[in-house]
Amino acid sequence: MSSKRLRLPLSRSDLASLNAGDACLLSGPLYTLRDAGHIRLLSELDAAGSDRLPYGLSGQAIFYAGPTPAASGRPFGAIGPTTASRMDFAAPRLYRAGVAATVGKGTRSAEVRRACMETGSVYFVAVGGAAAYLAKCVVSETVEAYDDLGTEALRRIEVEDFPVFVGIDVRGNDVYDFAL
Amino acid sequence: MRPIERELVARTVRQAVSSLAFDLPDDIRCGLVEAAKAEDSPRASKVLELLVENARIASEDRVAICQDTGSVWVSLEVGPDMCVAGDVMADVDDAVAAAYAEGRLRMSIVRDALFDRTNTASNTPAFCEIHPCARPGARLHVMLKGGGSDNASRVVMLSPSAGRQGVIDAVVSCVRDKAANACPPLVVGVGVGSTFDKVAGLAKRALMRPLDEPACDERTARFERELLEAVNATGLGAGALGGSTTALGVRVATAPCHIAALPVAVNMGCSAMRRGTYEL
Repeated sequence: MSSKRLRLPLSRSDLASLNAGDACLLSGPLYTLRDAGHIRLLSELDAAGSDRLPYGLSGQAIFYAGPTPAASGRPFGAIGPTTASRMDFAAPRLYRAGVAATVGKGTRSAEVRRACMETGSVYFVAVGGAAAYLAKCVVSETVEAYDDLGTEALRRIEVEDFPVFVGIDVRGNDVYDFAL
Repeated sequence: MRPIERELVARTVRQAVSSLAFDLPDDIRCGLVEAAKAEDSPRASKVLELLVENARIASEDRVAICQDTGSVWVSLEVGPDMCVAGDVMADVDDAVAAAYAEGRLRMSIVRDALFDRTNTASNTPAFCEIHPCARPGARLHVMLKGGGSDNASRVVMLSPSAGRQGVIDAVVSCVRDKAANACPPLVVGVGVGSTFDKVAGLAKRALMRPLDEPACDERTARFERELLEAVNATGLGAGALGGSTTALGVRVATAPCHIAALPVAVNMGCSAMRRGTYEL
């Protein structure tokens, strides 16, 4: 099957054109954030009393990932998706706050699916266990926040031809429903 | 009686980590290659090709197969001709810390699950056990276990009346519910019997037996084939995106148990099943 090439950050029309199950190649910025970082980001939003996204996250894609350190001349030796459902507690709120896409692996809750439909956002599935391959698609990385969290810090990474499938599209279709 | 030296244990663990993190065991690699050849579904084919290519890149470039370089599980199997001092595992953590730092692997352990989730920054402690067995000699089983697959595991205490079919249903339902999070194609470890705490260990140790090594007991071997068929019949496939190979293999270990009991544990293993056994 052929892959759709997409440039990040995604426009609303890009997002609307995607269908669950499509294979895509992403190029541009992704923001890595996972368990501890999500807990911290939400508490920052609570403390600020506003859901205005900090760290330039508005309109961007969050990649649920905790990379290994730099190796073999690359920003990371290995980077790949972690289980997305652990971030379901935060995803609907972040979609509503302006995050355009999330990238992870595995199924999502009904609330996440509803939030995608409501906000015209998507969830991408990356291939779990292909982290040495995916690391070759990462051009650069900078820590944006939460450096003390080590692998769980918020990083802005630039990717090139990063392979994903559309997991949930803006109409709420879910790729995992095809398989079950 | 031959003593087991703690230095030898530590050195073996260090070498094991340094090879397992980068080199997918042959049986798993071959399983992925075979699955890729046999796959008709376009999405699953893409996933399997990527996983085969990933194993090649990891091994050639000496980068981790998966970014989740796991927690380290070590089981020391001790035969009747060996003697073991109580501190035989005392140097394992130092060995693990050294191997993780040297290999530029990810540190994924927190100090306390509940009270202090600060990263220990050394990927220690390792999770160790000493296991007496009837077979002479001693061997170390080492596994780097990712969080996603371990999280997709389950212990259920069935009623004896549930029987063989009950065990099959428990395994298939765990796969249906959790496979998408565990990076399929899976290796499914199944423990049946013993007690609530021990059955999980049975399932974990079952994962150690290579895919090309059938169970010694014919009943177990037959049951493994039956379970594999049932798991693959779900059609979840690689990446759980639909396909014919949901699991590369199922490994079963059974044990005696109480008249009232039928404990079942499913320990999920991912497509990067990093484990090895080392004779001491």
